[in-house]
Amino acid sequence: MTVQEILTVFTRILRDLLLNDSIVLTMETRREDIPNWDSFNYINFIVAVEIEFGVKFKVADIESFENVGAIVTEMTKALA
Amino acid sequence: MQSTFLRCPMMSWLPTAPDFRGDLRAALKTTDPTDCLEKLASLAAYKPGFLETVQLDRALGRLGLKEAPGFLPIRLAVLASSTVDHLLPAIRIAGLRRRLLIDTHSGAYGQYRQDLLDPTASLHQFAPQTVLFSLTAEEAIAAVPLMATVTEVDETIARLIGELRSLWQRAREIFNAAIIQQTFINVTESLFGSYDRLVPGAPARVVARLNDRLCEAAAQDGTLLLDIARASERDGIDAWFDAGRWLQGKLEVAPQAAPLYGDFVARILAAQRGLSKKCLVLDLDNTLWGGVIGDDGIDGIVLGEGSAVGEAHLALQRYAKQLKERGVILAVCSKNNPEVAEAAFREHPEMLLHRSDIAVFLANWHDKMENLKAVATRLNIGIDSLVFVDDNPVERARIRQSLPMIAVPELPEDSAQFVRCLADAGYFEAVAFTSEDRHRAGQYAAIAEREVLLGSAQSMDEFLRGLKMSVAFGPFTVVDHARVVQLINKTNQFNTTTRRYTSEEITYFANLPNALTLQFRLSDRFGDNGLVSAMILRSTPDHEDVLEIDSWVMSCRVFGRQLEFEAMNIAVEAARQRGARAFIADYIASSKNEVISALYPSLGFAAVNETAPTNGMRWFLNFADYVTRETHIIRAGAAQ
Repeated sequence: MTVQEILTVFTRILRDLLLNDSIVLTMETRREDIPNWDSFNYINFIVAVEIEFGVKFKVADIESFENVGAIVTEMTKALA
Repeated sequence: MQSTFLRCPMMSWLPTAPDFRGDLRAALKTTDPTDCLEKLASLAAYKPGFLETVQLDRALGRLGLKEAPGFLPIRLAVLASSTVDHLLPAIRIAGLRRRLLIDTHSGAYGQYRQDLLDPTASLHQFAPQTVLFSLTAEEAIAAVPLMATVTEVDETIARLIGELRSLWQRAREIFNAAIIQQTFINVTESLFGSYDRLVPGAPARVVARLNDRLCEAAAQDGTLLLDIARASERDGIDAWFDAGRWLQGKLEVAPQAAPLYGDFVARILAAQRGLSKKCLVLDLDNTLWGGVIGDDGIDGIVLGEGSAVGEAHLALQRYAKQLKERGVILAVCSKNNPEVAEAAFREHPEMLLHRSDIAVFLANWHDKMENLKAVATRLNIGIDSLVFVDDNPVERARIRQSLPMIAVPELPEDSAQFVRCLADAGYFEAVAFTSEDRHRAGQYAAIAEREVLLGSAQSMDEFLRGLKMSVAFGPFTVVDHARVVQLINKTNQFNTTTRRYTSEEITYFANLPNALTLQFRLSDRFGDNGLVSAMILRSTPDHEDVLEIDSWVMSCRVFGRQLEFEAMNIAVEAARQRGARAFIADYIASSKNEVISALYPSLGFAAVNETAPTNGMRWFLNFADYVTRETHIIRAGAAQ
């Protein structure tokens, strides 16, 4: 899967999660850039991504993701 | 990142939505909130993933509806020692699946004791009808040293259970609420290996003991259990507990298990209100046996020992028979020649189900939709209390499309998995197991015998006289309490006000000095129909000598038997003895009690127009005007 394809899936998941179809995620997007993407919905997003891709992030990774790009990068490693 | 496989409990009995995203967005564009709610409810009937559940709940939240026509509102408080915020959306959506509009309240985790004790806590403002305790076993494990003896372990657990019981008691007293206690999930790791089981103080052993004692206490106190411990054994602890989530936010139930958790909760809430399914309708070919009897003949169908497929179908028969023993009514609905289909029941040596186990047997070439309607009519139960089991996906889809209120499990293709699928779906969730349940099958068989008598009688009067009926009656008793609760919460047709009361509330009425409760048990020459009617009468605030019939319910099994007349004769006498001179009574129309809309005028009540309830009528009966009705029911004294 390419970075762009992963970003597209992430965008769809977050749109569904927050019921907001205007969301567009980029590698640089941070949580505070998206309305209502609070810590509760951050965990919800991580869970939804894990279910979608059938993988699990390490707790250390989840704590240290600085932006969407960091999650995408970790995902490309897992899917490689 | 680890590529370990994520374990996710599946609700395999629900069908997959063809276009969830599209349908949800269409629902969101619906301007009328109740229309939108209907669309969300139909989406909730599909298999809900984690993400779908969150979305549906967000859409539900936007509607902000506290009540809606055709939906039952419920206030549920979840008191927890771990984070449960992620479970509330799933509970609400599972409620929507059953047409329950669940308003939830949860305090900060670990604050449940304070919330109960502090009358200024928001919990008290919320006034829950049901309180769910969701607690971890951490406290028990911490309190038991590894070297503790059996006695020491038991003492510690007894103390903890004692504290828990006082919390239940407190919640009952303050809110008159029904109590549900979640069983303790065993998230402990093995310490000694298999030897854990032989060490009383080993964490895994402590949790097992804790759950044993919990069940005993719950049975004694009338607390219901939410058995997540069992569910986590069913799916594996990895599907229900995720150490990462626990460390991140003290989530004991893993988020991917939330949709199923919610369904477990909603099953119990529905069961408390009499909304569990009542009747299992079975297809025959490739469901109750392998093969097509019309083509293969009675000797050609695959059933019984000697073949794995034959045993799989036999296992479904065995399960259906067990359901029947616990009070579920069985019916057959099959496209078949009736003689051929019945012959299998009579003549095939491997058949576990007999013709007499089946209350309604419809084998014909009519549309199954019409047959399913006929099953409900013949049994005099709501069509929404049916579960239809059919191996044919086309038939299933047709029924779901035309009769969405019927539960149709998405059977797996492998017949070996039929029983598990039906069991997992939890259609027949119970909140009691009464002697009425044990005898229901026989009572439904007796209905058929009475129909034969009715057919041969020259007149209705002769039929009723021939039944040789007698009624036993009296105030609500402790012995019959569970049945009265069940009757009040399950009865839909003969139910004057459709007020649902918890076990605790009914105990309250039974003990209220200025209230009058009556229960009625009807017998006839074919047997005991059981406790079939209950009445709650309360004094009115303005007139001491006027009693209000708050609730009156009667089982549909005894409709048309004059019991309503004899019950009113008895109620008037009992009220007179208390010094009352009149009744007032409301009839509140529901979607199901049209059958008794003219009940009160038929008993001699007069309409009171000024204070009629919305959606109903208010009726008044001055005892001075009451004419005792002659019936064919003799009095047998106190009901026991």
